[in-house]
Amino acid sequence: MTDDGHPRIAVLGAGHSGPVVARIAVEAGFNVSIAASGDPAKIALIARVLAPGAEPRWAAEAVADADVVILAIPIHRFAAFDPALLAGKIVVDIMNYWPPVDGRQEMFEDRDLGTSEIVQRRLVESTVVKTLNHVGYHEMDDERRPVGSPDRRALGVAGNDTAAVRVVANIVERIGYDSVALDSLIAGRLLEAGGPVFGASLSRPEFELALRAVAA
Amino acid sequence: MTTTPSQPFPLVFGLDTFGDVTNDENDRPISHAQTIRNLVDQGVLADQVGIDFIGIGEHHTDDFPLSAADVVLAAIAARTTAIHVGSAVTVLSSDDPVRVFQRYSTLDAISGGRAEVILGRGSSIDSFPLFGYDLADYEDLFEEKTNLFAELLKGSPITWQGKTRPALHNQDVVPHLESGTLPVWIGVGGSPQSVIRAAHYGFSLMLAIIGGSPARFAPFSELFRQALESFGREPLPVGVHSPGHVAATDEQARDEFWPRYREVITRYSRIRGFAVPTEDSFMLEIGPRGALHVGSPETVAQKIAQTLTSLGANRFDLKYGMGGLSQESVMTNIELYGTQVVPRVRELLADRERDLALRPAGVS
Repeated sequence: MTDDGHPRIAVLGAGHSGPVVARIAVEAGFNVSIAASGDPAKIALIARVLAPGAEPRWAAEAVADADVVILAIPIHRFAAFDPALLAGKIVVDIMNYWPPVDGRQEMFEDRDLGTSEIVQRRLVESTVVKTLNHVGYHEMDDERRPVGSPDRRALGVAGNDTAAVRVVANIVERIGYDSVALDSLIAGRLLEAGGPVFGASLSRPEFELALRAVAA
Repeated sequence: MTTTPSQPFPLVFGLDTFGDVTNDENDRPISHAQTIRNLVDQGVLADQVGIDFIGIGEHHTDDFPLSAADVVLAAIAARTTAIHVGSAVTVLSSDDPVRVFQRYSTLDAISGGRAEVILGRGSSIDSFPLFGYDLADYEDLFEEKTNLFAELLKGSPITWQGKTRPALHNQDVVPHLESGTLPVWIGVGGSPQSVIRAAHYGFSLMLAIIGGSPARFAPFSELFRQALESFGREPLPVGVHSPGHVAATDEQARDEFWPRYREVITRYSRIRGFAVPTEDSFMLEIGPRGALHVGSPETVAQKIAQTLTSLGANRFDLKYGMGGLSQESVMTNIELYGTQVVPRVRELLADRERDLALRPAGVS
């Protein structure tokens, strides 16, 4: 935690969504670092222009100093990702498995499980929370609104660990979205592609209604 | 955000199509063959009304049967005199850069130096299974093949080796480019690494903006500018590709476009699992904070001027012809774009330029 009690955030991934998440987290007042798979010098320019204020670092160092790690790597790289790197951390899984778009990944082909359950099964020593996967990286910035705005969009935050869900929900709220907590990663399947809230701009009551309609 | 007020590059206005199949008078899709013949006529009309560029995006599906864009472009080139012809985009990752070079240097010969290439992934991924590539290898394929393509552009003989195709040893690749070069762009949908890659190879940047606010891409223009500088390169053009439709009035444009847009996007929503567009979300997309350029010539011109200004871009390519529209409305769109929209955007941007020039020093 920083002195003001806010969790330190490490964003892993400097592709489509990583820099966007890093920027809006910086703008929400968090201490943010960003890392890709290699030398931070390689993403220094991307960080400076697209996420000013986020510090480019080696992944291991960024994670070591962070309370919350946002996993924004290409999902096909996850199978080769070292789980030890994230041990003991709250890990926000914002990845999606889209075979028609990204190709088939054997690891995520078990359709009885949600993708974040598969991520959690591999990251055994981490606490996985699922959110931000169901808002487009092209909307994440534009759709932010201050608390109380009539058109403030809601995002689901799902996880098995209530405390971790609360930490991540606070981040989501500070960034500019209402949060709707879901009490397990199993429930988090509702946030996936093809589900009722994926890519949909909904207020909190609309969001809750959409989830209930499916659960019923 | 710092965007240079005076644009160092001439304004360029193009049209892009994926060869979307139009519908006949009974609202039934026409044949692939007729779609392609109509597309050649569209290119000829675009030339007649003074449009600078027509681009065809490679696709391999029943609704976009344009798998051999360069052949269609050659037909357009043979019937036109001024318009530039190019891909939008060439899916380089699942192609052989040597063949791409050969096809587009041939097109350049036929057209008398009017060929361009936009490299990228495009919105569809159907070429990967078709040609036996794994989408998971996309980045590596694109990186290596872009590298080879850049080498080919330097001229023959070429010596190159990599992992994705057989090596080349002192190989003459023909036909040679008459002017020694070809305008090459990299189409970017949201990957900052692709912006850096374009700058690294000295290719121009084409931003594909198909949803959300165009202005949110302004940092990408800035990233491109700074990346070029860091590689010791001169500034290069930035273009924008966005979908839209022009008709006589706003109402007519919306009435023609919305049902077709809903059909096409709903179909892709099912494949990709995102929410289907609603009339509300459509109205947002055609408004000032959305990516669709739909309306009367004045409405579309105002929006294009705004888009170009906010991104510091000098080129706009309108992706016209949403699947299911009639050939007639597509031809009207092209005519209005060339005769009314483009001159109006030029006027609006010249006004803005003059206002900037007249502004007292020290006021920003």
